Amino acid sequence: MTEALEAFRLETRDWLRANCPPGARGPGEIHSGSTKLSFQPDTIAWLESMADRGWTVPMWPEAYGGAGLTLEQTQVLYQEMQAIDARLPLVNMGTRMLGPTLLEYGSESQKLRHLPLIARGGAAWCQGYSEPGAGSDLAGLTTKAVLSGDQFVIHGQKIWTSGAQNADWMFCLVRTDPEAPKHQGISFVLLPMDQPGVTVKPIRLISGSSPFCETFLDGAIAEKSDLVGRLNEGWAIGKRLLQHERSGQGGLGPAPARSRPVGVTIDLEMPEVLNRYATDPAQKASQRDAVIRWQMRSRAFQLTQARMGQEVRDGKTPGAATSMFKLYGASLAQDKQSLTAELMGTQGIGWEAAGFTEEEIGATRSWLASRAVTIYGGTNEVQANIIAKRVLGLPD
Amino acid sequence: MQAVLSEDQMQFKQVIARFFDTHSTMPAVRRLSETETGFDPVVWSELSETLGLPGTHLPEEYGGHGFGPTELGIILEEMGRTLYCGPFFSSAVMAGYALACFGDEAAKIEKLPQIAAGTTRATLVLDDLNHPSKVGRLIKANQAGVLTGTAPIVLDGGSAQAFLIVAREPAGLGLFELSPTSPGVEITLQESIDMTRKIARLTLQSAPGLRLGSVTEQGLYQFWDLISVALAHEMIGGAARLLNDTVEYTKGRYQFGRPIGSFQALKHRCADLLMSLEFAKAATHHAGFCLAAGEETTIYPSMAKAMAADCFMDMARAAIQLRGGIGFTWEDDTHLWFKRAKCDEVLLGAPYQQRARMMDILQEAQDVA
Ligand SMILES: Cc1cc2nc3c(=O)[nH]c(=O)nc-3n(C[C@H](O)[C@H](O)[C@H](O)COP(=O)(O)OP(=O)(O)OC[C@H]3O[C@@H](n4cnc5c(N)ncnc54)[C@H](O)[C@@H]3O)c2cc1C
Repeated sequence: MTEALEAFRLETRDWLRANCPPGARGPGEIHSGSTKLSFQPDTIAWLESMADRGWTVPMWPEAYGGAGLTLEQTQVLYQEMQAIDARLPLVNMGTRMLGPTLLEYGSESQKLRHLPLIARGGAAWCQGYSEPGAGSDLAGLTTKAVLSGDQFVIHGQKIWTSGAQNADWMFCLVRTDPEAPKHQGISFVLLPMDQPGVTVKPIRLISGSSPFCETFLDGAIAEKSDLVGRLNEGWAIGKRLLQHERSGQGGLGPAPARSRPVGVTIDLEMPEVLNRYATDPAQKASQRDAVIRWQMRSRAFQLTQARMGQEVRDGKTPGAATSMFKLYGASLAQDKQSLTAELMGTQGIGWEAAGFTEEEIGATRSWLASRAVTIYGGTNEVQANIIAKRVLGLPD
Repeated sequence: MQAVLSEDQMQFKQVIARFFDTHSTMPAVRRLSETETGFDPVVWSELSETLGLPGTHLPEEYGGHGFGPTELGIILEEMGRTLYCGPFFSSAVMAGYALACFGDEAAKIEKLPQIAAGTTRATLVLDDLNHPSKVGRLIKANQAGVLTGTAPIVLDGGSAQAFLIVAREPAGLGLFELSPTSPGVEITLQESIDMTRKIARLTLQSAPGLRLGSVTEQGLYQFWDLISVALAHEMIGGAARLLNDTVEYTKGRYQFGRPIGSFQALKHRCADLLMSLEFAKAATHHAGFCLAAGEETTIYPSMAKAMAADCFMDMARAAIQLRGGIGFTWEDDTHLWFKRAKCDEVLLGAPYQQRARMMDILQEAQDVA
């Protein structure tokens, strides 16, 4: 390690210790940037001091609210955060998905308008991609946008819009040329959620919570200046954003431990679960191989992530290979929940009842929620299609 | 700890790849697999003299080049990729590592340089090739170093110029040397399904051995880790080649008016195989990096061996299935890979045994119940 990096580490360590409030350490809430939610004082304080240093998005350029850190520096920052069990100060679709996409495709004025606000945690974003008729076949979307003067007027419906009820902005794929072949008539626009043409309706999920919505667009307005890239050329941009999304879901790129994607909330350690529930020696023996097989896959996955991290020296999101990480990471997370649920036996069926610990109910909810990981961000089958086509070069 | 190959190692890999692409073509493999000794002496002396490969991982003070498990792994990956036929694994890897790990100073000074130079093709005789705990049950040595017993499988036993033998002594295990022409030595060629790696059965009846050193239990496990990681590299090399060739095949074979590679069932199977390969590769390389960094008793060698074996076998099964009838013929090369995969899978311990070892190590470290 170079001297400069070591100096950065020491300085970072001191600063974090002095500035990370107790309420921002250990498990707990993470700021989402939403102006519609209230957060605890420590969560807000932590966001503000980190944002002042550009450390909510450490690798973004300073001009856009980041700190311009290198990959190595960012890794050091996250290692030091991990050492004091600090949570990430801010996690949302702005920092993880839209931001990196705007950095690559946005105009200078779009970057200046949106990125610093995202970096400060001043706006939460949602993703208007899926529609009732366009899921895996996303390019079949029919939400229509018509240019009228300096504005797009949008009609249509989005669905499965995570966090729409608390979002301030939406990035959205819309059809701007209905005559063109389906991939060529799509544009990528940004629109505010608080306007008369936008209505959201929460959808209740398998796990009981309602983190996503139907979003109705009836004459919703997007400014022409918020068209990202060129008209009718939004598909490539939309796909690139998905790579950023999958890269995060697949655990690529630097991140501290307390930042894992949603979906899996309670993550019991395998050996612990085995000890606690499989108390009979014969039963334990029969579950061991399943546990060790899972651990093997998990470690090999981590090693592959680490290798990818080293190969991609500039910290940029890789291309189609992200699908491998999304697919495998999702299966691993899901399999772990299934294994845990099996080991818990009848202690794993409590919804809300006495006789089950809070941890058990949490684990059961996580098991339910884990069904989503192989669906969102593109299903496992769709990822396999991408790998076959883009990585292995198999024909259509 | 290293996470990816260095520039130098990448360059080394290219040189090695070129060599085996030239000298271990499929026609050559076919030809050699039909012979009794199963290797080409000209290629052997070239890889020994020109490239110095047998000494790669052996210490410089005994005539080696002083590189480690990673560089050795690179060679084996390329050998695996080209289905190289020859005594490299038996002589350089097994016998070379055994002497380096267990030999007395004098024995190493005297014998190792020839193994490192490839001028002596030795092999290591273990009376069990499944698990280190079973070694030393069949071959015994008395106080005077006289050896009696049987080793059912000796790699390249029919062509080796020297036998290094691990035998049970009155106290513990020892390493001995014997010449194939010594009295009391009986070599019987065996046919295995894998025609690309020759084996023989060795029976010793009061054969006078030369004692080279002691084999401790811990030492034997460490040695086993070294050779298992080397073998894992060979397997991922083979698996990578199979995937590549199978994918190419599905692009060129037409049914229902389209390439069979366009059928989703096949696409998904290939995508799964690619992931299995990537992760087995990561495990194998990491195991090499751990050994190179001197880390002892980690789960990674066993994990690498298990994952590489599962991956290679899966790949070989798919290679046949995705070719249909032609993949089941003698004429097609696929069966050569399939058979190598099977032998590699069980050699030095089948996946379930490797997982059991991982479990033992994790338990020791209190990492698992
Ligand atoms: C928790 C969660 C959060 C989400 N958040 C958002 C969000 O914020 N914004 C957003 O826009 N969307 C979001 N989604 C939507 C998600 O991207 C879609 O659900 C997903 O892409 C699948 O589309 P679908 O639901 O229409 O299923 P379908 O496309 O109808 O798929 C049904 C089944 O058919 C299979 N299938 C479809 N096509 C193929 C094919 N070509 N080959 C093989 N199999 C195929 C699928 O794999 C799946 O098994 C979210 C989904 C979930 C579960």
